[in-house]
Amino acid sequence: MARKVTARRVWVSTAAAWLFGFLIFLPILWMVLTSFKTELEAFSMPPKFLLFHWTTENYATVQERSDYFHHAVNSLLIAGGSTLIAMIIAIPAAWSMAFAPTRRTKDILLWMLSTKMMPSVGVLLPIYLIYRDFGLLDRRAGLVMILCLGNLPIVIWMLFTYFKEIPKDILEAARMDGATIGRELVYVLTPMAIPGLASTLLLNFILAWNEAFWTLNLSTSDAAPLTVFIASYSSPEGLFWAKLSAASTLAIAPIIILGWFTQRQLVRGLTFGAVK
Amino acid sequence: MLNAIREVTVKHVLSALLGAATLLGAAPSVAQTTLTIATVNNGDMIRMQALTNDFTAKNPDITVKWVTLEENVLRQRVTTDIATKGGQFDVLTIGTYEVPIWAKKNWLVPLDNLGADYDAADLLPKIRDAVSVSGKLYAAPFYGESSMVMYRTDLFQKAGLTMPENPTWDFVIDAANKLTDKSGGVYGICLRGKAGWGENMAFLTAMSNSFGARWFDEKWQPQFDKPEWKKTLSTYVDLMKAAGPPGASSNGFNENLALFNSGKCAMWIDATVAASFVTNPKDSKVADKVGFALAPNAGLGKNANWLWAWNLAIPAGSKKTAAAEKFIAWATSKDYTKLVASKEGWANVPPGTRTSLYQNPEYLKVAPFAKLTLASIDAADPNKPSVQPVPYVGVQYAAIPEFQGIGTAVGQQFSAALAGSSTVDAALAAAQTATEREMKRAGYIK
Amino acid sequence: MATQQTQVLGRALLTPAVALLFIWMIVPLAMTIYFSTLHYSLLDSEAWSFVGLENFRYFLTDPAFLTALRNTLVLVGSVLAITILLGTPLALLLDQQVVGRSIIRLMVIAPFFVMPTVSALVWKNLLMHPVSGLFAWVATLVGTTPIDWFNDVPLFSVILIVAWQWLPFATLILLTALQSQDEEQKEAAEMDGASALSTFIYLTLPHLARPITVVILIETIFLLTVFAEIFVTTGGGPGLATTNIAFLIYTQALVQYDVGNASAGGLVAVVIANIVAFFLVRIVGRNLEA
Repeated sequence: MARKVTARRVWVSTAAAWLFGFLIFLPILWMVLTSFKTELEAFSMPPKFLLFHWTTENYATVQERSDYFHHAVNSLLIAGGSTLIAMIIAIPAAWSMAFAPTRRTKDILLWMLSTKMMPSVGVLLPIYLIYRDFGLLDRRAGLVMILCLGNLPIVIWMLFTYFKEIPKDILEAARMDGATIGRELVYVLTPMAIPGLASTLLLNFILAWNEAFWTLNLSTSDAAPLTVFIASYSSPEGLFWAKLSAASTLAIAPIIILGWFTQRQLVRGLTFGAVK
Repeated sequence: MLNAIREVTVKHVLSALLGAATLLGAAPSVAQTTLTIATVNNGDMIRMQALTNDFTAKNPDITVKWVTLEENVLRQRVTTDIATKGGQFDVLTIGTYEVPIWAKKNWLVPLDNLGADYDAADLLPKIRDAVSVSGKLYAAPFYGESSMVMYRTDLFQKAGLTMPENPTWDFVIDAANKLTDKSGGVYGICLRGKAGWGENMAFLTAMSNSFGARWFDEKWQPQFDKPEWKKTLSTYVDLMKAAGPPGASSNGFNENLALFNSGKCAMWIDATVAASFVTNPKDSKVADKVGFALAPNAGLGKNANWLWAWNLAIPAGSKKTAAAEKFIAWATSKDYTKLVASKEGWANVPPGTRTSLYQNPEYLKVAPFAKLTLASIDAADPNKPSVQPVPYVGVQYAAIPEFQGIGTAVGQQFSAALAGSSTVDAALAAAQTATEREMKRAGYIK
Repeated sequence: MATQQTQVLGRALLTPAVALLFIWMIVPLAMTIYFSTLHYSLLDSEAWSFVGLENFRYFLTDPAFLTALRNTLVLVGSVLAITILLGTPLALLLDQQVVGRSIIRLMVIAPFFVMPTVSALVWKNLLMHPVSGLFAWVATLVGTTPIDWFNDVPLFSVILIVAWQWLPFATLILLTALQSQDEEQKEAAEMDGASALSTFIYLTLPHLARPITVVILIETIFLLTVFAEIFVTTGGGPGLATTNIAFLIYTQALVQYDVGNASAGGLVAVVIANIVAFFLVRIVGRNLEA
C-alpha cells in the first residue's frame, strides 16, 4: 500500500513539516500562552515564553462574566443547523449539475457564486427590516437561515467540483445494473464522495462558526453565539489581551477538538474512498 | 413569497435543531418583565453587570439580560436597532455624542421619573448639560471623563523638570524632547494616531481647540484651510516624530496604555479614566510613579481636553419604560456608588458624574487623580468648545449625524501625515475637500 | 449521454436551491436598488427623498474610491498568490510520510478557526507591535531595527494577516485533492525513473488545477469583502493606504449611516465583484469543464 520511502526522506520531510507547522501555529500558540499570563506580562519585553507566572485568573474572569456554555451551544446549533440544511439542499443540486448538466449549468453556478459577492454591510438594512417584520431578530432560526443561504453557493460549488471528479463510468455501470437514481445517489455516489462531503461539511461548519457580521448584527442575547461572546472581550478601555486570549481560546477549543476528530474521519474516508 | 420561505425554513430548522434548543429557550414565569440592556464592555459596566443581583433582589419582578459588546459593535447595533425601531433593547448605553442627536429625533424617552433619590442637581453641571436637551434629561450619566496629562514623576525628577499643574504646549514639547531616550526604549510622549473619529480625531480636535481652531465656522464652512489647524497638525506631527514611539499611526487608547504601563512613555495625554489603570499595580509597572496635570494649553484660554460620558437611556416606544426607569435609577444613583465602594473599594466607583463623589473624603483618599479629573471636566465646555464661535455642540466632536463619517475620513488623512506618507499641508487640503464634499451633500452648505 | 429522465430529475433537484438563492438574492437586492435611489440617512429617517442616480455619482466620485478599488485588487491578488504559492508545497509536505502528521495538520489548519477580529488583534498587538511585539523582539535579537509594520507597510501587514488566515483553507483543499490522486500512477512514474520534479509537473500539477481554481474562486469571494482585519488594525489609514471597497462601504453604512450611499456602494461592489469573476472565469474557468 504505502510507498517505499527512505528513512532520510521521512526525517527531512518531518523536520520541514514541523517547522512550517510551528511557524503557522505560532500566533495561536502565543495567544494560548498569553491567556495564562497576567495583563501586565502579556506585553512585557523581552517576551516570556514559558517562564512566567502561570495563572488561570483570566479563565476564571471569563467564566464569571459570561455564560460560555449558552454561547457555545448557540454556535453549535447555528453552525451545525445551517451546514446540515445547506448540505440537504446542495447535494441534489450539485448532483444534478455534475451528472445532468444543461447548457445553462455553468451560468447558474456562476450566478450562485455571485450572490455571495454582495457585501454584507451593504444589505444590512434591508435584511434587518425583513427580520424585524418576521420576528426573526435574535432567533436561532433566523441566524441558521441567513448563514445557510450565505454558504449555500459555496457548498454547492464545492460539492459540484467533487462530484465532477467521480468517473461517469462507475455511475453508468451502476445504471446498467438497474440501479435507480435514488440508489445510485445513496449507494454509489455518496460513499465515493465521502472525502469531499466531509471536507465540505467541515469547511462550511467553520465558516458558519466564525461568521461575525450577521451573527453580531442579528442577535442580541437569546441566540447570541460565540462571536458575540468574543465581542464582549475585545477592545474595552483597559488592558484586555490576556482576557481576550482566554475567551478566544475557549471559543476555538470546541472547533479544534472537532477538527481533530473530523481529520481522522477524513483520513479514513480517503483511504477507503480513493477513486481508482 | 417571503412568508413561504420563512415557514419552510423555520420548519426545517426546528426539526433540525436538537431538543436542546427548546430546553434552552424555556421561558421564565409569566409575571416577569425582562429587560434587555445593551452596554459597552468597559470595566465600570462589567462591574454593574456583576452587581445585577442587588437590583433583581430589590425588584423581584424584573429579570435582566445583558448584551455586553465592544464600543464600535455596540454603537452600530444600537443605532441600527433604534433607527429601524427593531425593539431589541430596553436600556441603551450611549455616549454624549448620540444623546442630543437622538433626543432631537424623539428617539429617547425623557427621564422625568427617576425618583426623588436620584438628585439630578448633584450631577456635574457640564455632564448634565451634555445629556440634556432644552433642560430635559434624556439620558442618565453612568460615568464621565475628560482627558489629561499623565506623566512619569521619576523621569521628570531625574531630568530636573517640574510639571506645572496647567502646562503649556511649549513646556510639554520641550519636556518630551528632553525625556526621549530611544535607545533606552523610552519615548517622551505617547499620543493617539489610529484613524477614527473617536480615535485620533478625539485627541486632535481637543488639541485644535487649545490652538484656537474650530471644525466649522458659523456657516458650516470647514476650517482646515485656516492657520490654526495647520499649527495644530504640524505641532502634533513634529512632536510625534521627535519624541513619539514607533507605530504611533496605528496606536489607539489601549496601545498607548500598554506602552505607558510597561514604562515606555514619559507622558501620555488621554482619557481621565486611564488614571485608574496606570495607577493599578496589577496592570502597571509604573503604578507608583505617575503624576497628573491638565491637558496642555497654548495660552488662549482653552486646554486640550475633551468631555465624554457613557449614559443609560430608554428608547422611545419601549413597552417596559417603567422597569427600565427603575434600572437606570438604580445604576446611576448615589446608592449604587456606595454599593460598588462596599464591594470593590472606593477606587473602583464610576467616576465623573456627581459632585458629591468629589466631596467624599474616602474617595479623594484612594483616588489621587480625582482632583484633576474634576478640574479637567470643569475645563471642558461642549457649548463653547473653541475660542471662536461655532455652530455645533461638542468638544472633541461636532454633534451632528454626519460627524462620524467625516471625522473618520479626516482622521485617515491626519494619520497619513503622522506616518509620513503625506505632508501636513496635503493632509489638511484633503481633509478640507472631503469635509466640504460631505457637508454640501448633507445640505449644511448651500 | 444523460437520459431524458435524468434531465427532468436533474432540473427538479436543482430547483429548490435555485429558488431559495433567487429569493435570497432578489429581495434584498431589490430593496438595495430602491434604497440606492434615495437620499436616506438612518439618523434622519423621516426626511428621505428620491434622488435618482445621485448616490452613484457621489460614491464613484469619492476621491477615496479609486484608491480603495486598487487596494481591494492588490489585497485579493496578493493573498491569493501567497496562499497558493505557500499552500501547494505545504500540502505536498503534509501528503508525505511524516512523523506526527495529524498533529502538524491540525496546527496548520488552526488559523482558520480563529475569528478575524481576534487574529487581527493578536497580530497587531502581540506580534507586530514595533515596541512590545514578538517580531520586534526577534528583530532586536538579530540586531536590526524592528519593522514599523502598520506605519511603513500598512497594506502589506494587512495582507500578511489575511494570508495567514486563508493559508489553511488553500492547504486543506489542495491536500484533500492530493490524497485522492492516483498513487499507483505516481509509483509507476517513479519506477520509470521520473524525477520528483517532473512527477510534480506532469502528474500532480494538472491534478491540482481544479482545486486551485476552487481555492481562487472561493477565496476571492471572501477576500473582496475583507473588513475586520482593516478595521481593527489601521482603521483604513494611514491616509487611504488600507481602505478597500468594503471598508469604504462600511464607513457609509455603519459610521455615517447613509443608507442611500451605502446601497449604491454595495451595488457598485457587486458589479466590481462580477467583473473580477468574469475575468477569473476567463483565466481559470477552463478547469471547471471536466
